[in-house]
Amino acid sequence: MSDWIEYFSLNGASDSASFWWAFWLVLGQIGLFMAVLLISLAFLLLLDRKVWAGVMLRKGPNVVGPFGLLQSFSDFGKFLLKEIVIPAGANKTVFLLAPILTLVLAFIAWAVVPVAPGWVISDLNVGLLYLFAISSLGVYGIIMGGWASNSKYPFLGGLRSAAQMISYEVSMGFIIVTVILLAGSMNLTEIVNNQAGGFWNWHGFSLNNILLAPVMFGMFVMFFISALAETNRPPFDLPEAESELVAGYQVEYSSTPYLLFMIGEYLNIVLMCAMLTILFFGGWHGPFPMSFAADWPEWMLALGGFAWFGLKILFFFFLFAMVKAMVPRYRYDQLMRLGWKVFLPLSLGAVLIVSGYIVYTGGQS
Amino acid sequence: MTIEDVQALTLDYLPVVIFLGLALALALLFIIGAYILGPNKPDPEKNSAYECGFHAFDDARMKFDVRFYLVAILFIIFDLEVAFLFPWAVSLGEIGLLGFWSMVAFLAVLTIGFIYEWRSGALEWE
Repeated sequence: MSDWIEYFSLNGASDSASFWWAFWLVLGQIGLFMAVLLISLAFLLLLDRKVWAGVMLRKGPNVVGPFGLLQSFSDFGKFLLKEIVIPAGANKTVFLLAPILTLVLAFIAWAVVPVAPGWVISDLNVGLLYLFAISSLGVYGIIMGGWASNSKYPFLGGLRSAAQMISYEVSMGFIIVTVILLAGSMNLTEIVNNQAGGFWNWHGFSLNNILLAPVMFGMFVMFFISALAETNRPPFDLPEAESELVAGYQVEYSSTPYLLFMIGEYLNIVLMCAMLTILFFGGWHGPFPMSFAADWPEWMLALGGFAWFGLKILFFFFLFAMVKAMVPRYRYDQLMRLGWKVFLPLSLGAVLIVSGYIVYTGGQS
Repeated sequence: MTIEDVQALTLDYLPVVIFLGLALALALLFIIGAYILGPNKPDPEKNSAYECGFHAFDDARMKFDVRFYLVAILFIIFDLEVAFLFPWAVSLGEIGLLGFWSMVAFLAVLTIGFIYEWRSGALEWE
C-alpha cells in the first residue's frame, strides 16, 4: 500500500499517465478504507448497544437479522427516509454545514492511521501533529451546530461541549508529547515500530525503561479518561445529559444531518481507540515476539498485524461501552476541575520526568 | 531543499485532500438522499425552536457565562505551548542538556502564570 508514494514522487509531474494511475489507485484505497470503516462502525454501534443492554439485563436489539446483526443497516435506511426539519429561526447554511464538517473531519483524521505494516493512506512525518490539529478542529462542527440552531438547548449544549473538549485537548497534547519523547518521532509508523518485540516494550507499560513504567501507565490511564471527555462519552456526556439539555447541540437535528453527527461521533470514538492502541499498546504488534513468523510472506504479516490492531481497538471500544454502562455522570464543575487542576499539572509533570530521564540516561530508546 | 523535495512533500498531502473530497461527497450524498427520499411537509409548529413544548420565551442568542470565554483564552495559551513542545520532543536527543533546560525555563514561566490563574480563581466552577 505504501508503493503509491513512489509513483507520485518519482514520476509525479513529469509523467501524467503514471500520475493518474497512482491517483486512481489512491482513490480506490481510500474508498475501500472508508467502506471498511463504515461497515465496522455499523457492527461496533450494535456492540455498544448490546453491551449496554447486557449490563442492564436486557436483550438489546435482536429483531433485525440473526441476533439483531442487521439493526444498524435498518436504522440507516430509516434515517434516510425521514424528513429534514430545519427550524424557522436557524441559519440554514451553517445548520447544514455543521454535521458535514463533523463527518469530514472525523474521516480525514484516519488518513494517517497505520492499520498494519505499510497499510496507511498517507504516512506523514508529522502524523501526530496532524491528528492533533484535526481533532482540535472537531469542536467547530459542534459549536456551529449549537449556535446555528437558534434554540436554547443546543446553544447551551454547544457551549458546554466546546469548553469541555478544549479543556481536555490540552492535557491530551501533553500526554502525546511524552510518547513523542519516547519514540523520537511524530510519524505514527515509527511510533508503532518503536514498540516492537513484545508487550514489555509497549509505551503503556514501558518495562524496558522500568523507571518510566509507572509514569507511562499513568499517562495511558489519563489518555483513556481524556478520550472519554474529548468524545463527549459518558460519564462526561454533559453536553447532552438527557435530564438537563435533552440532546445538547443535536436537539434540532433530524434525519441524515443527525446521522452525520452520530457517525462522526462514533468515528471519533474508534479513532481514540486506535490512538490508544498506537500510542500505548504497540499498534499492530502482538504481545510476544513472533520469531517463527520471520520468513512468512509480507501479506500474511500485514494481515496478522491488521488482526492484532483490530482486536486491540475492539478491546478499547468494549471498555468505552462498559464505562458508559457502569459509571455515573460527572457534574460540570467536577469535570472542569479534573481537566484543569488534576490532568494538566500531572501531564505537564510527566513531560518533565520523561524528558529528564531521556536526557540524563542518554538518547531516545 | 530542491524543487523535487518540495514536490514530494506536497504530494505527501495529496491523499489527504483526496480523502477530504471523498468524505465531503459522502456527506453531501447522505443529505441529498434524505431530501429526495424523505417527506417534506413543513408547518409552523414543526419548524419552531424546541423548548419542551412551550413557545420560545425569548431569543436563544443570549448572554452566557464569561468563564467559557476564560477557558477558551487559557486553551489558546496552553495549546500553543503544546504545539511548541512537539518539535522539541522530536529533537530532544540532538539538542541535549541545553535544549532540556531551556524548555524547563520556558515551562517554569508558564507554570507561574498557571499558578496565578489558579489562585485568582479562573479555574473555579461552583
